Order: sequence, then C-alpha cells, then structure tokens
Amino acid sequence: MKTEADNMVAPTGEQAPNTRKSRSQWAEVWRRLRRNRMAMLGLVIILIIFFTAIFAEVIAPYDYRTQNLMRVADPPSREHLLGTDDLGRDILSRIIFGARVSLQVGFVAVSISLIVGGTLGALAGYYGGNLDNVVMRFMDVLLAIPSILLAIAIVSAFGGGLINVMIAVGIATIPVYARIVKASVISIKEQEFVEAARAVGARDSRIIIKHILPNSLAPIIVQGTLGVAIAILSAAGLSFIGLGIEPPTPEWGAMLSSGRHLIRRAPHVATFPGIAIMITIFALNLLGDGLRDALDPRLKQ
Amino acid sequence: MSETLLDIRDLRVTYQTEEGLVLAVDNLNLTLKKGETLGLVGETGAGKTTTALAVMQLVPNPPGTVESGEIWFNGENLLKKKNEEMRTVRGNQISMIFQDPMTSLNPVLTVGFQIEEAVMLHQKLTSKQAERQARDMLKLVGIPEGRAGDYPHEFSGGMRQRVGIAIALSCNPSLLIADEPTTALDVTIQAQVLDLMRRLRSEFGTSMILITHDLGVVAEVCDTVAIMYAGTVVETSDTRRLFTEPRHPYTQGLFGSIPSLDEEVTRLSPITGIMPDPTELPSGCRFHPRCPMAAEICSQRTPTMVPVEEGHNVHCMIYEGLVEAKKE
Repeated sequence: MKTEADNMVAPTGEQAPNTRKSRSQWAEVWRRLRRNRMAMLGLVIILIIFFTAIFAEVIAPYDYRTQNLMRVADPPSREHLLGTDDLGRDILSRIIFGARVSLQVGFVAVSISLIVGGTLGALAGYYGGNLDNVVMRFMDVLLAIPSILLAIAIVSAFGGGLINVMIAVGIATIPVYARIVKASVISIKEQEFVEAARAVGARDSRIIIKHILPNSLAPIIVQGTLGVAIAILSAAGLSFIGLGIEPPTPEWGAMLSSGRHLIRRAPHVATFPGIAIMITIFALNLLGDGLRDALDPRLKQ
Repeated sequence: MSETLLDIRDLRVTYQTEEGLVLAVDNLNLTLKKGETLGLVGETGAGKTTTALAVMQLVPNPPGTVESGEIWFNGENLLKKKNEEMRTVRGNQISMIFQDPMTSLNPVLTVGFQIEEAVMLHQKLTSKQAERQARDMLKLVGIPEGRAGDYPHEFSGGMRQRVGIAIALSCNPSLLIADEPTTALDVTIQAQVLDLMRRLRSEFGTSMILITHDLGVVAEVCDTVAIMYAGTVVETSDTRRLFTEPRHPYTQGLFGSIPSLDEEVTRLSPITGIMPDPTELPSGCRFHPRCPMAAEICSQRTPTMVPVEEGHNVHCMIYEGLVEAKKE
C-alpha cells in the first residue's frame, strides 16, 4: 500500500527508464530459491554435470573408446582414478562422456513430453467438453500402461539408439504433463484477467499462450525438473536391459549393466556409474523440491 | 437529444445448471444515447453483469446462452455477429472495466505490456508506437509513465483500477462498460477513481454503462438509471427524477433502505424477504412476493412498460391502473 504515496515522489518517465528496480514474479522466486541451501546444492551439482557434459573432451583424461586389454577391470589407481571396466576402458572418462547422453536423454525426453502433453493438456483444459474427453481418455489409455513398459515396447518396436530412447521415454510420460497442464489451465482460465483479456478482444490462442500458460508455469517447472530425473532413470533402465543406447556410446545404465557380472571381482565397475546416476537424480530432486517450495504462493514472505 | 448508441431489446439469457434452468436476464430492454452514462442498479444476482457480458458477447457458454433478443450497437445487431467480427468490437468499440482490480490484471505481465496489448490488437502500430501510447495512457490516468515496466502486485488497488481504466480507454471505445468499478476499493479511492472516470469520459466523449449497487455512485455519475430486479428492468428514468420521485415499489424500497441525511430516522425500512431463487422465479410480477402493495393480479400477469413521464418508464401494474397504490 506504499505505492500511492510513492507515486508523489516517484521519478517520471524521463529519468526513470534505466532505474527499473521492478521485481518480477520470477525474480522473487529466484530470491526464495537462493535461500534454500539444499536446492542451491542441487542446482550447483546439476550445473557441474552440465559443464562436464559440455566440455567432456577437455575434462576426460582418456578417450571413452580406448580399450586396454592389459588392464581389464583394474581397481581405481593414479592413472585411472575410477578404475577400468571389463574392456579396459577408463571409467571416469566414460562417466564424463556418459553425462552427455544422460542429460540429453533427460532434457530432450522431457521437452518432447512437455510440448506434446502440454499442448494437449492446455487445449483440453481451455476448451473442455468433447475435446477434453477425447484427449484425456487417450491419456488415460497411455497412463494405464506402466511408462517403463511403454518405453520398452516403443524401443523394441523401433529399435534402440539415442533418438529412439528419447522419443520412447518422452512418449511414455506425456500423460503426466497433459494432466498437470490441464489442471492448472482449468484453475487459471476462470480468473478475471482471462475474461479481461477476452474483453480487449484477444484471440483464444493468444489468451492461452500469453495469459494462461505463464501463470501455470510453477507446477510445470517442478514436474519438469523431477521429470528429467525420471527420464534419466528410465533411459538408464532401458540401457541396462540392453534396449537403450548402443555401445560403444557410454551410457550410465549400460555401464552399470556391463559391470554386473564383475560385481564380486571388481565392484567398482558397476558402482561408479550407479553413483553418477544417483548423484544426478538426487541433485535434480533437490532442485525440484526447492523449486516447488519457492514457487508455492502460500509460502510467500 | 442525440442518437441512440445501444439499444437492447427483449434480451433473454439463461444458464443451464444442475438445479435447472436459471433465467438470469429476461425480457430486458435498455437504451443508451451517445455520450450518456447509464447506471445499471440492482442487487447481487439481478442480472447486471450478465447483461454486460451479453453486450460483449462474453456470456460463458456453456452454461450460459443468449436465447433471444437483439442488441443494437451503432446500427448493428451484435448478437448476429460472428465471433471473429465480435473480436474487433471488443476492446475497440466496447470495452470493459472489471470489478476487482486485484484479479483483473495478469500478475505475470507488466502493466505497460497489458495496455500495449490492447492497443496492438486493434491498431496497426509498431511496438514502439504502442509503447508510447501505453505510456501516454498511464500518464492520463495519473500514473507516472516510468512505472510501465512494473508488475500489478507493485501497485495499490486504486492504481490498478486506474490501469484497468487505461486499458479500457486505450482504443478510444464508444461504449465503456464499468462493472462495479469501485466496489473493491476504499471509499477515498472510490471518489478518485469515479472522478477520473467522469473526467476521461467527457474528454473522450465515451458513453458508459455503470453497473453498481451503490445509489450514491449513481447520483454522482449517471445521467439515466435503470433499476434491475431478478433479471429484468423495473424502472428507467433520468437520475434526478428517479431520486426525487421513485415510482416502482422496489425502487421506493431501495431508497427506504438507505439512511438519509435530511431526515431523522431511527430505523431503516428494508425491503422484506430475499431475492427469489433464480431457478424458481415467481409468476407474474417478479417482485410481488416482497411488494408491500401487491394485489392478487400481481401474481398472475406480467406488468408491461408504462411511461409515466417522458423518459421515465415503470414496469408496475399500479401505473397500468390495475392495482391500487396503498399509502404506507
């Protein structure tokens, strides 16, 4: 309520444009997120993984394909910080390159399901009626099949490989996003500012994209962040059962799988990729939880 | 005096609900001349907002439908217009100010953008020009243009309503519908906002429909008044005559329920009873169950419009000569 008084002394437009201290909703969210230590830890870990993936060639001590059959399944040593795998390849380098695959799968799969599911959900939520029924019943059908099973079915039908895995994992989680987007679109389209937008003569498409979606981003972002973790895990699972990424491309799930039969003799071969998966998922979950708190309007203050 | 801008004839709007068909607006007739301000007064649920939405063609459908009637605006029947044509009318020729400025602005967009949007939708301007115009509009409603980049939550209620007014007037509409624009505001801010609306209305030459349940606001701003009860207009008149000689028993009841400064009254005389359930409206005159002068015929026959004087119409059978007026 300070604004009315501020108004009197506030600088007018001529001097003002550069002193825009205005805090948007997102700046506010960022401020709250920053105070959450665990979330920041998650964010930092994810950023580290991100840069590791981008600069893999620079960081990795060895090429991920170089085999050294003289040193098969060696334990961690000075030359090979995390040891070598069943073909004598450096595990650290393979994990570093594997971050690329995992992050790609995670983000691309979530983008696919977010775009498709989000669009369907937004349309269903905004228009309701028959369109809503048709779309959501189809989503129910997808939802009835366990997502990993659906992904397995898709990959076995169209073959493995990075792109197919991303598509498979993406399709399998479409209903989740469709539901979330639909729910928030429904709650927001009843608000008066949507009616106001209609009253100025805005098109439906404009109302959905410019007015409703930006207001329903909060749950979508949270689910998206957690979704990346789930997608990485699904991809690792697919690779583990041999349906995912084709060797020699390093993939954490596939590495875990290849270390399986060495688990007694050389446990590090399976352990380190597992830890990599764990840390990534953990960091994403921390960030997701932190975002959920930061975006929750009830916790404002 | 001047030509008619808006002419609503026999409007009927219904809502399909689980309890049955709700007659939100029935048999409603209204006219508004160019440059005039019409006050639309009635209790909550009398159909004021529905009438406004019908003019904008924004009655939520489903559950609502405009069943019959005509809405003539500038010589065109709005109800015959296609959605796409209607879009060019909304915000451009007819615009609306909403009741609650806290919810009628989009929280994630800057106020400047929200004004620009209205401008860009209807005028072929570059985004620079639109921004210029948005800033001018802000200045016009008394907000420093430097605040165009601020978000709604950084403004007070009164200032947000000014932004709402800026959006509504940004395309210089010929009709402005204000749906209880001051209800959600503090009394002191109410006066400011009303003042602003009155000033801009005369500057722009805009006609206005002011929806309110505050007779004080009506007396201050409106040229003519239409009193609504249970979905229909019971009395229309120019403001002065309505305040000095209310004719319809409901209007008289309304004035009986506000304290007067001139007379010492220990108890107000409110209208007895409550608004009828809109799914089961009483037969005949809708007001008869609460009317102190009701006679038998009131429950059997729907009253017709009686012009008691030039420009003063009443829907009551007392003035048709069918019921005797009792002195209270």
